[in-house]
Amino acid sequence: MKDDLKNLASPLKLPQYLKVDSCDEKFLKEVLNLMVSIRLTEEKIANGRRDGLIGGPVHLGAGQEAIAVGVSKHLNKDDAVFGAHRSHPHLLALNNNYHKLFAEVLGKETGFSRGMGGSMHLFDRSSAFCGSTPIVAGTVPLAVGAGLAFKLNNKRNIAVSYLGDGAIEEGVVHESFNLARVMNLPVLFVIENNLFSSHMHISLRQSSNKISRFAEANDIPYSVIDGNDVVAINDSSRKLIESIREGDGPMLLECITYRHYGHVDWKDDIDVGVERSEEEVKNWKARDPIILLSKTMINKRIIDENYLAIIKQKISKKIESAWDLALSDNFPSKDSTLDFVYSRQP
Amino acid sequence: MKNRYTYGEAIRAGFEYLLDNYPDVFVIGQGLWSPWYVGNSMTDLDKIYGTERIIDTPVSESACTGAAVGASIVGMRPIVVHPRMDFMLYAMDAIVNQAAKWSQMFGGQSSAPVTIRGIINRGGEQGAQHSQALHTWFAHIPGLKVVMPSTVRDARDLLISSVLSNDPVIFIDDRWLYEQEDELETVKELDLNKQKPEIQHSGTDITIISLGFASKLARDSIQELLNEGISAEVIDIRVLNPLDIAILVDSVKKTKNLLVIDPATKFCGYASEIISGIVEKIEPNDLISRPVRLALPDAPVPCSSILEAEYYFDKTDIINTVKVILKK
Repeated sequence: MKDDLKNLASPLKLPQYLKVDSCDEKFLKEVLNLMVSIRLTEEKIANGRRDGLIGGPVHLGAGQEAIAVGVSKHLNKDDAVFGAHRSHPHLLALNNNYHKLFAEVLGKETGFSRGMGGSMHLFDRSSAFCGSTPIVAGTVPLAVGAGLAFKLNNKRNIAVSYLGDGAIEEGVVHESFNLARVMNLPVLFVIENNLFSSHMHISLRQSSNKISRFAEANDIPYSVIDGNDVVAINDSSRKLIESIREGDGPMLLECITYRHYGHVDWKDDIDVGVERSEEEVKNWKARDPIILLSKTMINKRIIDENYLAIIKQKISKKIESAWDLALSDNFPSKDSTLDFVYSRQP
Repeated sequence: MKNRYTYGEAIRAGFEYLLDNYPDVFVIGQGLWSPWYVGNSMTDLDKIYGTERIIDTPVSESACTGAAVGASIVGMRPIVVHPRMDFMLYAMDAIVNQAAKWSQMFGGQSSAPVTIRGIINRGGEQGAQHSQALHTWFAHIPGLKVVMPSTVRDARDLLISSVLSNDPVIFIDDRWLYEQEDELETVKELDLNKQKPEIQHSGTDITIISLGFASKLARDSIQELLNEGISAEVIDIRVLNPLDIAILVDSVKKTKNLLVIDPATKFCGYASEIISGIVEKIEPNDLISRPVRLALPDAPVPCSSILEAEYYFDKTDIINTVKVILKK
């Protein structure tokens, strides 16, 4: 494999502090809080799965929070966001209602998808989240279609498609890139390149670790950035999204990141991860988006040493009570299996 | 006011009605800016409604179908056209995993009201990959509606109903039906949920249930059967899924003989579903003969004209099968 990402794929070679001078304190605190909240939510779900309280598989986004948090800052509720199997952060970054997520992964009727979807099928149209589904790359053309709808209706809205480095190996992604470009559609493709597809390292799957080579091939403007740097993601996505809204067609943002958990559930997957070593996981965890931002903010005297611990404690308390509430919520009624197969709209 | 249409023209009239009355409707598929692939069913729509709404595409069935599904999720009513149904297989994820399940996965909060038109384009030595009739595959999938018009009227009106339905619909037409002619009234919108199998000829001796092209052959057989002293009740399925089976059951209870004709391969086919669905709802002695399936051989469609002619059944095959069932 050609290492076209160079330092971006090497946690030890990347800077240990972020450039935050262009950001105000309020913004930085806001994104830090949101990332911490998403992390704690994912950890709660990991524990719930480990303890057998969650019946189905969960693909956790711990370590990747900065991407959705940075991108979502520039979206509004009439945009259209599509996710995949690892989409808890994508949704929470738009609507941080962890109670509804807990309820959903527990299969409760109070969940985002009324308990019919579980972790892998999430929906919250009120916050622009059009749906996430786990067939790899399955929602990529759907996002292109949402972009087509916006274009046909002369709207300034955009569609966002979150996909990973594994999805790029599916043919439909290349069809979708080409179609979006040829039709000049308002779509932002956000590549979360965490270097792994399930257990397989990208070096065992592709000829280069740089996914945006396919943007080049399709004449789609793109940026490749540190996916753990929420400020860089915020800046890059703002520029790309503004340009898309101006009618400049599809854009691609490639964010290099790393997932803390294995492919699915709460385990590390070091045992099954091909080329996923304890050493590498440790190095990436030491440079995760929350640590990076809080270290920088302490260094800039925006927050003090205790700030992170205090907000963690505060958020944890709320998360615990949301979890308990979700545990006590009702399941869908036993006779509802056929209720939603076909639309109930008149 | 009545106008005379062929089946192909009736489909085109359905498109015109939808494009005239519903700004959310657009059409996407290969060949739409030069629609010689699809007979006379889409002629000049691009010129009348513009190439923004009538979209010819790259050779990307998967992305284009997926894009239509995505557009439907955010409020449009797209129609995807696959001029040869065989190529539609590239789009199975968008159809089966995404569109079909979109309502159920999210507890009914969203749906994918897309219409996917697949054309069965058999005959003319086109062979294995240009001739398939795959309606049963789609009818097997909960969440999809499957529509197969066999008459000129249904070609227009069920296309309109399909597009106005809030669910994903697979609309399948067959090029062997295109030359039929009929006079049609002005459009009255029909709720797809209320469309049922239709008794197209009442009879007392045998129930013939069929779909798509086979329904035309069944209708064509009625007179000759009468000449042989056989009164056939001919029922066209029209909507394969969801299926209202009551009409079929009642007819079989009346005639006590059953032939089901499916213009597709036999094994695990739609005729099997019809027979078992009926048999579950009648008494053991309601039938006086064994129910019979007439379908295509379980082989890919051959090219050679000699083999192709052998492969497909025709009106004579239907008449002979009925005579065997009734021991006439």
